[in-house]
Amino acid sequence: MNTTLETPTASITANEPTWLANRRQTAHELFTSLEMPSLKDEFWRFASVGRLNIDNFNPAKTPTGEKLAEIVDRSTIVSERAGRSIFVDDALAEFEGLNEELIAQGVIYLPVEAAIQEHPELMEKYFLQESTELGSQKFFGLHASLVRAGSVLYVPKGVEIKQPIVNYYWTSGERSAVFPHTLVIAEDNTQASIVDIFFSDTAENEALNVAVSNIHAGNGAKVFRKVVQDWNEKTVSFQLDTTVAGRDSDVKNVAVNIGSERARFENQIRIEGAGAHVKLYSLTVAEESQEFDQRTFQTHNAPNAVSDLLYKNALLDKSRTIFSGLIKVAEGAQQTDAYQTNRNLLLDPTAEANALPGLEILANDVKCSHGATTGNVDENELFYMMSRGISKRTAMQLMVFGFFEEVIEKVENDELAENLRQLIRNKFESKIK
Amino acid sequence: MSDTAIQDEAIKVDTEKGNFKYPENYAYDAGVGLNEETIRYISKVKNEEPWLLEFRLKALETFKKKPMPTKWADEDLNNIDFDKIRYYLSKGQMPARSWDEVPDDVKQTFERLGIPEQERKFLAGVEAQFDSEASYSRMKEDLEKEGVIFVGSTEGLAKYPEIFRPYFGKVIPTADNKFSALNSATFSGGSFIYVPKGVKLKQPLQAYFRINAENFGQFERTLIIADEGSEITYMEGCTAPKFETATLHSAVVELVALKGAKIQYITVQNWSSNVFNLVTKRGMADENAEVKWIDCNIGSRLTMKYPGVVLKGKGARGEVLSIALANDGQHQDTGAKMMHLADNTTSNIISKSISIGTGRSTYRGQVHMPKHLKNCKNNTECDALLINTNSRTDTYPAITTRGENNTVQHEASVSKVSAEQIFYMMQRGLSEAEAMSLAVNGFVNDLMKAFPMEYSVELKRLIDMEMEGSVG
Repeated sequence: MNTTLETPTASITANEPTWLANRRQTAHELFTSLEMPSLKDEFWRFASVGRLNIDNFNPAKTPTGEKLAEIVDRSTIVSERAGRSIFVDDALAEFEGLNEELIAQGVIYLPVEAAIQEHPELMEKYFLQESTELGSQKFFGLHASLVRAGSVLYVPKGVEIKQPIVNYYWTSGERSAVFPHTLVIAEDNTQASIVDIFFSDTAENEALNVAVSNIHAGNGAKVFRKVVQDWNEKTVSFQLDTTVAGRDSDVKNVAVNIGSERARFENQIRIEGAGAHVKLYSLTVAEESQEFDQRTFQTHNAPNAVSDLLYKNALLDKSRTIFSGLIKVAEGAQQTDAYQTNRNLLLDPTAEANALPGLEILANDVKCSHGATTGNVDENELFYMMSRGISKRTAMQLMVFGFFEEVIEKVENDELAENLRQLIRNKFESKIK
Repeated sequence: MSDTAIQDEAIKVDTEKGNFKYPENYAYDAGVGLNEETIRYISKVKNEEPWLLEFRLKALETFKKKPMPTKWADEDLNNIDFDKIRYYLSKGQMPARSWDEVPDDVKQTFERLGIPEQERKFLAGVEAQFDSEASYSRMKEDLEKEGVIFVGSTEGLAKYPEIFRPYFGKVIPTADNKFSALNSATFSGGSFIYVPKGVKLKQPLQAYFRINAENFGQFERTLIIADEGSEITYMEGCTAPKFETATLHSAVVELVALKGAKIQYITVQNWSSNVFNLVTKRGMADENAEVKWIDCNIGSRLTMKYPGVVLKGKGARGEVLSIALANDGQHQDTGAKMMHLADNTTSNIISKSISIGTGRSTYRGQVHMPKHLKNCKNNTECDALLINTNSRTDTYPAITTRGENNTVQHEASVSKVSAEQIFYMMQRGLSEAEAMSLAVNGFVNDLMKAFPMEYSVELKRLIDMEMEGSVG
């Protein structure tokens, strides 16, 4: 085990409050005391834990001013926005705050460090308080003990933010370990959308990412989070995301995963209020020897709520995907509608898709279902197009992109959707035969 | 099951009636607890060859080494006390009990299912042995003419080692899981069957014909070999509740379907609700062969059973049809495994479960298609029906797919009986309970058709009975 990750950093801010020092200390103990995951752990079933290596990474060093400026110029995936932060190797490269109108309404959007200084009570209540329970507790400990970069969005009651908040998290240095953090607190009857973007500076810089996102959606809140993950293929990535959904809240989550050498993605939704609507969509495009390990958990603790999940994976070469999803309907959570769908498109015989769709239902008046399918492109559909004069390759491309489109259109932002299509095309188009 | 309970005290029936046989030897008892001595004792009593003793002893080591699978399985398993179990009871040492001691609900069930008087006593554990010798021997004659071997495990390994030994423990290796290891160490009873090339048995073979102390033993071992092009249907268990004091049952069933053969294995499990039923069942299907498990679980406290098929030859087919009924305090943890190892293999899993009261039913499945395979297909459907607000159901499938032109689809749904349906039926004069029964029977109806007629009729009655008192 590398010693630099085991040494806790002195502090996040100049005068760190005691609660934060304590929380980071506890997290550090969690990280050092827990073992690395093993295949014996159900939460890591099918994952190639042998390949999981976090040694030899160091907490990232601040890049040069030129590098920061150059990367700011490349952070252009969403142009219409309410605010933007750009972190490179956990250092703040640029921060574009909210307009005066929103500030006057009491909306807070700040980097983590500034939020701790300026809003200690809010941060004490929410910062580093939620972690996924899907096997990566050790890595949550690592994140929480070393977190520096990240942004906090607080939306007071009744306020609606029309434009998205955009957070970029870049890696650049050699063997950098980064710990991006996104915290969203949307009070009752609010509306907000957040785009988190994970990019690498070059195709070569090796990196370890352990990102955490915690969303609190109050009663009647509408929160929409979009995640674009396009690390280079030398990056080991963890994304540990939690959402707590209040009464009649409307929570949406779209993730597009393209990059990394291996990526572990944990997404935990806890429905605590009656009548909540939660939608989770994900698209993953895997190639070469990439491994995408996705674990999801939809917990219904309140009645009359709906949750719907669609995870699509397209696999090339020797890539692997694991989808492990669990719907849990607690006792008393009657009139629940919970769905879960996993679709895997195998484009090469050597690719491997694993599906573990699970249900645990403790209430009887529910509608729950899950479906998982794995297969190749439908021969009949291919034949139909070819019989109309479309070449096989074009037909394949149309069908594969059609498979993706179901998720891409869910981002509900034309510019972002087009940029996503372009990212996927860059990676993928030449590979479809 | 104390040592002082002697058979003669308990049973007072006319021995001529129904042609009962009494055990001749009372001396065999391996005592309580499990150690090397127990194993040596069992092997000695059975007069086994040294290789088999060796096999048992190795299995004992494996059993001791393997941890309880409580990481993923029901923690109720921890309530099994291996030191308090009797691992071998020969015929004479079956627990004796008088008819008066049999609980009323069990007696009523017999009554309503229309089980013949003599059978009731056996099933209730009053009779130690019930051999319907007449029907069995007639059948045996027919079978022998065709060259079919149908014997117990001890006889099979002793008399026909050249047939059974090559496959014994090959489909389910000792170390497959903790309970297969336990069975390998302590097995006794069960059926060993060989069906010669091209022989297609018209009538199903039933363990029922061979009811005796050993056959319903705690650690029965069954091995069925269907030679090329042959066909066999085998049935075990019966719909009547089997009243037992022994709390652990751990069977191993291995099926071998050689080229073009077909094996259909039907189980109806209705142990009394104090029994842990931890069973390993797996079939191997060669080229164009077919293995089909039809599995129905109604009784027991905790059942863990995931019948599997290893699709070893091209064009092999595997199927699991499963019905589980979990009532108050029961956990039916069932499922299926399909290991595709050759091109053009297909598998189908249909599982339906019903949870009543605090009952919990779980589906656990595994479908595996490795790379280099072509044109394999799997279809899995699991539907769960929840009757009461405190009923529970879980689904945990695991699916791995690689290779060319392989297709896997898995679907699961959870629902309750719709209020509209019940209302409709009640409007037409049915009571709520009757309406509920009808709805539940409708839910499993298409699967029920896969069972032989007499079974499906009894199953329907059983479901009616289980549904009673669950509404309102």
